[in-house]
Amino acid sequence: MIQIEKVNKWYGSYHALVDVTESVAKGEVVVVCGPSGSGKSTLIRTLNRLEPIQSGRIVIDGVDAHGPRVKLNAFRSHIGFVFQQFNLFPHITVLENCTLAPTRLRGLKPSEARDEALALLDRVGLAAKARAYPGELSGGQQQRVAIARALAMRPPLMLFDEPTSALDPEMVGEVLLVMRDLARDGMTMVCVTHEMGFARDVADRVLFMDEGKVLERAAPGEFFARPEHPRLQQFLSDIRTPFPQAA
Amino acid sequence: MTPLFDLDLLLTGTYHDWLVAGLITSLSLTGISLALALPLAIIIALIRLSPVKVLQWSGFAFVEAIRNVPLLAHMLFWYFGAPELLPTALREWLYARNIEATSAIIALTLYTAAYMSEDVRSGIRSIPGQQFEAARALGFSFVASMRLVVLPQALRVTIPPLISQTLNLWKDTSIATVIGVAELMYQAAKVESATFRSFEALAVASACYLGMSLLITGAAGWYQGRFPVRTA
Repeated sequence: MIQIEKVNKWYGSYHALVDVTESVAKGEVVVVCGPSGSGKSTLIRTLNRLEPIQSGRIVIDGVDAHGPRVKLNAFRSHIGFVFQQFNLFPHITVLENCTLAPTRLRGLKPSEARDEALALLDRVGLAAKARAYPGELSGGQQQRVAIARALAMRPPLMLFDEPTSALDPEMVGEVLLVMRDLARDGMTMVCVTHEMGFARDVADRVLFMDEGKVLERAAPGEFFARPEHPRLQQFLSDIRTPFPQAA
Repeated sequence: MTPLFDLDLLLTGTYHDWLVAGLITSLSLTGISLALALPLAIIIALIRLSPVKVLQWSGFAFVEAIRNVPLLAHMLFWYFGAPELLPTALREWLYARNIEATSAIIALTLYTAAYMSEDVRSGIRSIPGQQFEAARALGFSFVASMRLVVLPQALRVTIPPLISQTLNLWKDTSIATVIGVAELMYQAAKVESATFRSFEALAVASACYLGMSLLITGAAGWYQGRFPVRTA
């Protein structure tokens, strides 16, 4: 479903993505992890062209994402994107957040869009909040609405850019459970996350990035039990035992 | 002997009708100019925020050129100056119609739009860029993202300064007096010279300006209650 071929990206003189080559199959769940500044958010943002690239190719469902002939708006409408900061539209209700794009871009009638949106909100456990405004919800609730908003376009692919990093710890679980259910329903997903438990339980494959390069890719069992690259070994030991004496 | 303060003369009859006609003209100038200036202001604000350098500069040049020249000069320019540049046929066509009001509306619209565009621009800039990005990620175009997501939020933030620009516009219509538009001040002066009732004529005109201004402020309060600024 996604082919990434020798992608390079620079911010000025800073080489943010270095010859990244990967592929993601339909129905696959890929988790991307790595330290801050490793390029993982940059990578996921190039997939729907929120960030331009300077060389290489990204092909999604047969469409060259950075090619000159891509119909960018239609292309993006087939890719769900969930942001770290949720980015719900605060001036309209939860329900309207989920019906805005389907009515305008998929051509649904308001009543159809409403029914679909309510079903999606029910799926993320928030049907009761349909008439609330985003500012009246907790962070975890807002992020679940953001997932429903993205799903309302019926995308075959969902991208998550650190979806739980801005949440209070007690709200991380509710968002991850929604993502896990989505994965179990067969959604193709690429998730940038620091949640190693999620990677272990839900991912089909885990990528480790540092300094703009993908240093390791493996099924979660291998990835956590037998990390090969020294940088990954160090990363895993750092996140496991920040306080070695207490462990 | 006439009383010191006699409003009766202005509450009915010919002089009353003159003042009411002036009030209606002033309201029309305000309404038409506002209806033209607000969309123009939004367009100028978007032009100044566009990624294209040439557009940014032309928006900047427009705003600075307009707002750094007094409104009086604008009025005189559009009434006396600009028609000189037109072809004779078009000029005569214009002169056969209400050239005074047309010139006043052009001057008031451009002048108000220049100020309003700066308010709209800062309103747009106050909306986090991620809102625009989230709309683009859903598949909305630049224009649709602005229209459906950014502008509705930006305009709510911008209402207080826009109200004060509207109040200025309402009061600035009085400057159209110098090019002979029969607006409220023009009519008040006419009543004054016909009756020598300076105090009463100006008192009525002032009361009209004050009353209308308070109504505009009240409408703004209603709008802000109905469409409050919401943040996530």
